[in-house]
Amino acid sequence: MSQFQNSQSWYKRNQLQIAPWLFVAPALFFFSIYVIIPIFQSISISFYEWNGLYNAAGESTAKWVGFDNYVKLMDDDNFYTSLKNNLIWLLLFMAAVPIGLALALFLNQTVTGMRFYKSMFFFPFVISQVVVGLIFGWFYNPEFGVVGSIWKALYCEEVTNIMGNLTSKCSVQPPNILGDENWATYGIIFAGLWPQVAYCMILYLTGLNNVSPDQIEAARLDGARGFKMLRYVILPQLAPATFLAVVVTVIGALRSFDMIAIMTRGGPYGSSNVLAYYMYETAISEYGDRYGYGSAIATVLFLIMLVYISYFLFKMYRDERGQ
Amino acid sequence: MYPSPIEKASPFKRIAYKMVLPVALFVWLLPLLAIFMTSIRPAADINTGNMFGWPSAFNLVENYTAVFTESQAASYFWNSIKVTVPTVVMALVLSCLAGYGLAIYRFKFALPLFFLFIAGNFVPFQILMVPVRDLSVRTGLYDTVTGLVLFHAAFQTGFCTLFMRNFIRGLPHELIESARIEGVGELRIFWYVVLPLVRPAIAALAVLIFTFIWNDFFWATVLTQGEASKPITAGIRALNGQFVSQWHLVSAASLMAALPPVLMFFAMQKHFIAGLTLGATKG
Repeated sequence: MSQFQNSQSWYKRNQLQIAPWLFVAPALFFFSIYVIIPIFQSISISFYEWNGLYNAAGESTAKWVGFDNYVKLMDDDNFYTSLKNNLIWLLLFMAAVPIGLALALFLNQTVTGMRFYKSMFFFPFVISQVVVGLIFGWFYNPEFGVVGSIWKALYCEEVTNIMGNLTSKCSVQPPNILGDENWATYGIIFAGLWPQVAYCMILYLTGLNNVSPDQIEAARLDGARGFKMLRYVILPQLAPATFLAVVVTVIGALRSFDMIAIMTRGGPYGSSNVLAYYMYETAISEYGDRYGYGSAIATVLFLIMLVYISYFLFKMYRDERGQ
Repeated sequence: MYPSPIEKASPFKRIAYKMVLPVALFVWLLPLLAIFMTSIRPAADINTGNMFGWPSAFNLVENYTAVFTESQAASYFWNSIKVTVPTVVMALVLSCLAGYGLAIYRFKFALPLFFLFIAGNFVPFQILMVPVRDLSVRTGLYDTVTGLVLFHAAFQTGFCTLFMRNFIRGLPHELIESARIEGVGELRIFWYVVLPLVRPAIAALAVLIFTFIWNDFFWATVLTQGEASKPITAGIRALNGQFVSQWHLVSAASLMAALPPVLMFFAMQKHFIAGLTLGATKG
């Protein structure tokens, strides 16, 4: 050790100033290249018209069009449908928070086998959304899905047609949830709630674990019970869990892409589109890539998300100051 | 404890609770059970419309083998592993270093840099899509496993750094101070003092990132095209087209794709949940 102490090299003397940068540099390098810089590049590309190609000299073929892409957005019915669906997603996805809380309260017991039950209830969150989308797409199928089968049991009877084959005759046609312009979005959101409720549930279960038993006892002695106890004693203590549940649910709602891609591809007639999927569909399409227009949609989505990001950062900043 | 322990309730309530529990679980997992039952049916059941009745035969082994022999599933699976494992390692290395740098040193940029990582972690993927795809095409990383790994690792570094930094902040600072007084170099403090203490955080992040990346679909479709680098999530969609109306095979393939994260979750449940709650709670 003495050898190190004696060698008063430049690094040694400035170690405390240089070291943090050495530790942060590798992460910062990759994060900048793949996350920070692309954000600004996307915003800049949104002012161009570009099919993503380069000319023979290796120069981009992008053409500056100013605010044209945004002006076009104003007239784009698909954009409005997607924006409206994003709002529906945001609103209905919030149901995951109270349902998750209810489920957590239901499961917060110590009966034998409770650990097993808790992990099984959490199960849907671990499965990829692609698989959840496939499961529900099949669940909703009017011909042979669960919905279709229940419908057949209720409204249909089997008859033999003139060819001698069995067919079913229904007094009311089974609903084609994902094929119906009015219902597709709700069908996907319902499927999306399944894993999201599981996520909120686990946040609340850990939160309930940390609720101070003394306060509960004290409140019990004061005669608080049931809903009153929940409202005035438990919920305030669950505030961090609620905050996290709301944040992840908002992000989940705005990031919804996988299930739409799997279940409807934004259809029928773009009725279940959201900004995330519409952007993808526009930027990379069989009819030629439209990077500029796609980037404009992405920028709008980014600005919506920025509201929540700012709020989250603001809250973290307050917490940091409080330390 | 809230709600009141059920043991203190009346016998009637106690029994009712224990009876409702399995029923609730059954309803909750019904979609999953239905798809599992389908995955072990013979093709004949699907054709005759016996989707929910008792299977006419149990073809568990046949169906699951068929998925691998009749499709590219094995190669998709292998690609997923090749993408996921290096991503986890790389994201952990980057974020351990960065988390330490941001947690221990009091320098002017510590907080702004930390917030940069948090903010980046929350942005919608679409705002990154066009430039990242363009970058990958220009550098020859498009449609390669390496291209996916580099992007995923870089992006996940945001979340991992957030987690690591807060975790290291929670360690007793005296440990580091006393090591410094002893004259131990900064790199050695990181390696010998801090790294052994952050093992629980590493475990939590490893299972979580594994699940996130394994389940990723968006980047798999944006950054890959051919069969050679397609991970299982994007592969499942291709299989869905290939096995049209062969629902027993589609179900089997979907369940196979879901299996690794599920096993990971059950094996390391405690760490998984600690990661999801941002380590804020003691679980």
